[in-house]
Amino acid sequence: MRHTISVLVENKFGVLSRVSGLFSGRGFNIESLSVGETIDPAISTMTIVTTGDDQIVEQITKQLNKLIDVIKVVDLLDVDHVEREMVLIKVSPRKEDKSEVLKLAEIFRGRIVDSGAVTFTVEITGSERKIAAFIELIRPYGIKEFVRTGKVAITREGIKKTK
Amino acid sequence: MKKSGAEILIECLKKEGVKHVFGYPGGVVLNIFDVLYDEKALELILTRHEQGAIHAADGYARVSGKTGVAIVTSGPGATNTVTGIATAAMDSIPLVVFSGQVPTMLIGNDAFQEADIVGITRPCTKHNFLVNDVKDLAKTIREAFYIASTGRPGPVLIDLPKDVTAGMTEFNWPKQVQIRSYNPTYHGNKWMTKQAAQMILKSKKPVIMAGGGAIISGAAKEVKELAELAKIPVTMTLMGLGSFPGSHKLSMGMLGMHGTYYANKAVQNADLLIGIGVRFDDRVTGRTADFAPHAKIMQIDIDPTSIRKNVRVDLPVVGDVKNVLKDTLKILKEQKGQWGAVRTSWLKQIDKWKKERPLSYRTEKNVIKPEFVVEQIYEITKGNAIICTEVGQNQMWAAQFYKYDKPRKWLSSGGLGTMGYGFPAAIGAQIACPDQLVFDIAGDGSIQMNIQELATAVINKLPVKVAILNNGVLGMVRQWQELFFKERYSHVHLDTDTVPDFVKVAEAYGAVGLRATKPEEVMPVLKEALKIKKQPVFMDFVVDWKEKVFPMVPAGAAIDEMIFDEDIKKPEKKLKVVK
Repeated sequence: MRHTISVLVENKFGVLSRVSGLFSGRGFNIESLSVGETIDPAISTMTIVTTGDDQIVEQITKQLNKLIDVIKVVDLLDVDHVEREMVLIKVSPRKEDKSEVLKLAEIFRGRIVDSGAVTFTVEITGSERKIAAFIELIRPYGIKEFVRTGKVAITREGIKKTK
Repeated sequence: MKKSGAEILIECLKKEGVKHVFGYPGGVVLNIFDVLYDEKALELILTRHEQGAIHAADGYARVSGKTGVAIVTSGPGATNTVTGIATAAMDSIPLVVFSGQVPTMLIGNDAFQEADIVGITRPCTKHNFLVNDVKDLAKTIREAFYIASTGRPGPVLIDLPKDVTAGMTEFNWPKQVQIRSYNPTYHGNKWMTKQAAQMILKSKKPVIMAGGGAIISGAAKEVKELAELAKIPVTMTLMGLGSFPGSHKLSMGMLGMHGTYYANKAVQNADLLIGIGVRFDDRVTGRTADFAPHAKIMQIDIDPTSIRKNVRVDLPVVGDVKNVLKDTLKILKEQKGQWGAVRTSWLKQIDKWKKERPLSYRTEKNVIKPEFVVEQIYEITKGNAIICTEVGQNQMWAAQFYKYDKPRKWLSSGGLGTMGYGFPAAIGAQIACPDQLVFDIAGDGSIQMNIQELATAVINKLPVKVAILNNGVLGMVRQWQELFFKERYSHVHLDTDTVPDFVKVAEAYGAVGLRATKPEEVMPVLKEALKIKKQPVFMDFVVDWKEKVFPMVPAGAAIDEMIFDEDIKKPEKKLKVVK
């Protein structure tokens, strides 16, 4: 099962390697990881997407909690939350397909952030499913490359256990 | 008045109550060693290798319950500590290790004797620090001691660049430590504790399994009280030996791969397994799918990650085991259970197993059996010595044939299984407890892994008794080769019948060397060794190379699928040297 885990950590050097080292050292899987400062500059948030059965995810959250620099660990599967990811896709459609691609980008509320003689780059923000759907739609027109930010997530007001 | 970083470091150590430090000097720690030159309240014991320093600090910590301290230099000095740190981490031993580092402006430049020791030790420390600014030094040291010794203890490393120990600042020792992200749970959840008491009340065939956590938290008294009150037989893990008296009627000795027949049988037939400060290591559980198949498993541990890591757990209680046991005992005492009647048949069954297959070995007239040596050590020390071990067959025989009645008297590298641990650990133990008898039960392989520490023992006049069970081979590996690799003895022959001559090695260092080659010589050698008060002794016991550790649970088997000496045919081959 797929879990998004939000980890509040001390904003110190070396913390990222403590966290990533924990995953590699214990054979846990990281699908995506994004890190950034919070409102308190002394604290960072890591959003980690991982997979594993209940026992593995229980170990992951416990092991994260055990790290001295980790302040709080929330498995967002248990919590009502909003999650977003951004992707930048460089597309190189044939001339006659260009307008079709632009239309698709518009439907997905994408923005064109760069345009050249041959390629243009679309920025899409949304849930994982939305991004996956867009990539699949655009693939036949010729994707040169894409980069993803990894997921970020935030809990909704009035956190409720959904389980 | 301003103080240098090196002075602040030593002041902090004194404030933490440190009396002994183990270490080895080098270029970037010269500032620290210069302060130590005039220091009277703090003694630095110079080992002959940094690994020896860490194991000695570890041995010191295990017998005293205090935090062990070591100071080493950068680069190779620091990397030499890694095995010792990993050993302490696996066995939850509190250590604070100070490593020198090249000046901050040179870090990352591949400077002379530079190693990224914070990066290297990240996975084998409880936490580690690189101090960038001398102003942070006192606070960091305070936090390091706090982290090392609280919760589930472990080693902490502090990396000290040369300019930090040279830098000057005001010395402010923080009175209190507060780390917002580190708050161990000391008291068990009330509801869980109540459930625990209920489970004990309802069980008919309970077994207590006590581990290293019971010793660390100082819960030996509570374990005994629980066992005696509720008439529960007790087995211990390798790390737990001494948490319950080994000579007690309710003791079943050690369980697991080389555990007793009756302990393993009891666990496999129990209806309740009470894990106290244990982590259900693979050497204890055997095939996990068939571990304690009829039992509800209760696990009391201060470290939540230990719970449900290896086996299913029906009732977890997170907390300091001493506190949790106290709370549980309180409830049990109020209940006034009729334990005597309920347990009779279970205790009878265990007695039957004890009689069926006691720990045993066959004696031979002209050959010393290693088990016999351990038994004789038990006899002559009346079970009161501090016993350190190396790793392998010597470790298992020392665990099986010596009964540990008190905690902190048994020092063995249980988790990492570090050969070369025992001798330096014995040195540390002897420094912490100068009036006690300290033995290292060693193998001829392991002792050679830190044999240089003979110098440390001789110079510090430490009467450590090293009993080398010299079978000429890496015995445990040979045992596996005999049983599972068709007696193909690949690279296990150590030629220790000739190289080295352990008696001469001891003498060359100024220690005493003794040798026994026949069973009747064992006791006289031990008696002679015990007379020596100011020197270490090497006792070279030339023992039967064919001897194996039994019972044995083969890898991947359930723990009641044990094999015994009489089940297997004798080795056919002569020991052939494969080079």
